[in-house]
Amino acid sequence: MDKTLRIGVLAVQGNFREHAAVLRRLSVEPVEVRLPEELEGLDGLILPGGESTAITRLMRLYGLDEALRSFDAPIFGTCAGMIVLDREHLGLADIRVARNAFGRQVHSFEADLDISDADGPLRAVFIRAPWIEDAGPDVEILAEVDGHPVLARDGRILVAAFHPELTDDTRIHELFLNLVREASSVGA
Amino acid sequence: MAETGTMRVKSGLAEMLKGGVIMDVVNADQAKIAEASGAVAVMALERVPADIRADGGVARMSDPEVIQEIQEAVTIPVMAKCRIGHFAEAQILEALEIDYIDESEVLTPADLAHHVDKWKFTVPFVCGATNLGEALRRLTEGAAMIRTKGEAGTGDIVNAVTHMRAVFGHIRRLSSLAEEELYTEAKNVQAPYELVRWVAEHGRLPVVTFTAGGIATPADASLCMQLGADGVFVGSGIFKSGDPERRAKAIVEATTHYNDPEILARVSAGLGEAMVGISTQTLDPSQLLETRGW
Repeated sequence: MDKTLRIGVLAVQGNFREHAAVLRRLSVEPVEVRLPEELEGLDGLILPGGESTAITRLMRLYGLDEALRSFDAPIFGTCAGMIVLDREHLGLADIRVARNAFGRQVHSFEADLDISDADGPLRAVFIRAPWIEDAGPDVEILAEVDGHPVLARDGRILVAAFHPELTDDTRIHELFLNLVREASSVGA
Repeated sequence: MAETGTMRVKSGLAEMLKGGVIMDVVNADQAKIAEASGAVAVMALERVPADIRADGGVARMSDPEVIQEIQEAVTIPVMAKCRIGHFAEAQILEALEIDYIDESEVLTPADLAHHVDKWKFTVPFVCGATNLGEALRRLTEGAAMIRTKGEAGTGDIVNAVTHMRAVFGHIRRLSSLAEEELYTEAKNVQAPYELVRWVAEHGRLPVVTFTAGGIATPADASLCMQLGADGVFVGSGIFKSGDPERRAKAIVEATTHYNDPEILARVSAGLGEAMVGISTQTLDPSQLLETRGW
């Protein structure tokens, strides 16, 4: 708890700057990750939104896909980041994700999301967003839109179909940092 | 409860494109090559800017058939251009569920005084700008993303650099002004005071800012990113070159690793011929596209 957490933000493409800004607001040091060696010593990693085809290709090209498979700290994937973590990509979360499930940009939306929190619903921004089509037995579904899971936890992996970095509400990032603190106290 | 078309949702898509390359394509095959090369979006066109420039005549919105063929070929966002002020073309593009509309100086302007009122649309707009005032006027009209114009279809980066220096340099100077000086500055740049003040306080535009016009090499992409662009549009530079696929991949890598000269050297090697290009200094002022927009 005493040491400053170092959280990586995958920075090959996408909305990494805003994730880094939220981390700074929560007094955590963000580290931009473009190459495998930059994963060293991190307490956790965020895979941001972006275009999953572009991100997947750039990760493979520089060996980040293999490096992530052996990275054992907590990972938080938002939107494209959630896709990258699913069974058909890195296979780190036991979920199958439907891409662009809510439709093209004209159908992108923001809505109040019930996250079963005493502080009330969370305003969530969905951009050409995916949803979770299928989840394994150990996956905990934390929020849904029209019956489609959009926030879930599978052990040390947290995934969101929306963009908590685009609003001022930091609860989802705090949830992730709690996972990180749990994991590092167990590890230490 | 669910709200579509809010500014946060519109500018949000541009946020996701950051650090990426948006490529001009004229058919499904090119769109697939662009997607496989790591493009974050494609711009669906009938002709790339270099051909529009060579052909002359009136350049209009693309045939919806071309646009739909491209939409069906890829899963990444598809953008398309409407003429400046041509809100009917924009309405058609919205009906096609295009992901972003580029109100573009590359097409022949339809209105010599007014741009499209972009607040009326659910689909977000990107607009070109050569300086800060122009960028802020477009934002006032509801644009959710800005691209510095450069000079499209030339393969010459010099105008893109001029426009980025104008926009980003002006923002830096704005941040040093006293509060009372901002009122006069708003008058000088012909933009609303509230926006000028926001930019002065935050040191950036309130939306994502890409660069376009004349990018032809990985080094060009790196230059733009180092000068402060959030990402790049590549128009004629890819599919007018000798080996489009290889060049597309190299420009994508250069945009991610723009600060790593060793990677840039590797991806720049052996790309074959770049597009031939035209030096913008040799163009007659009447041939310039960047001066379109008001």
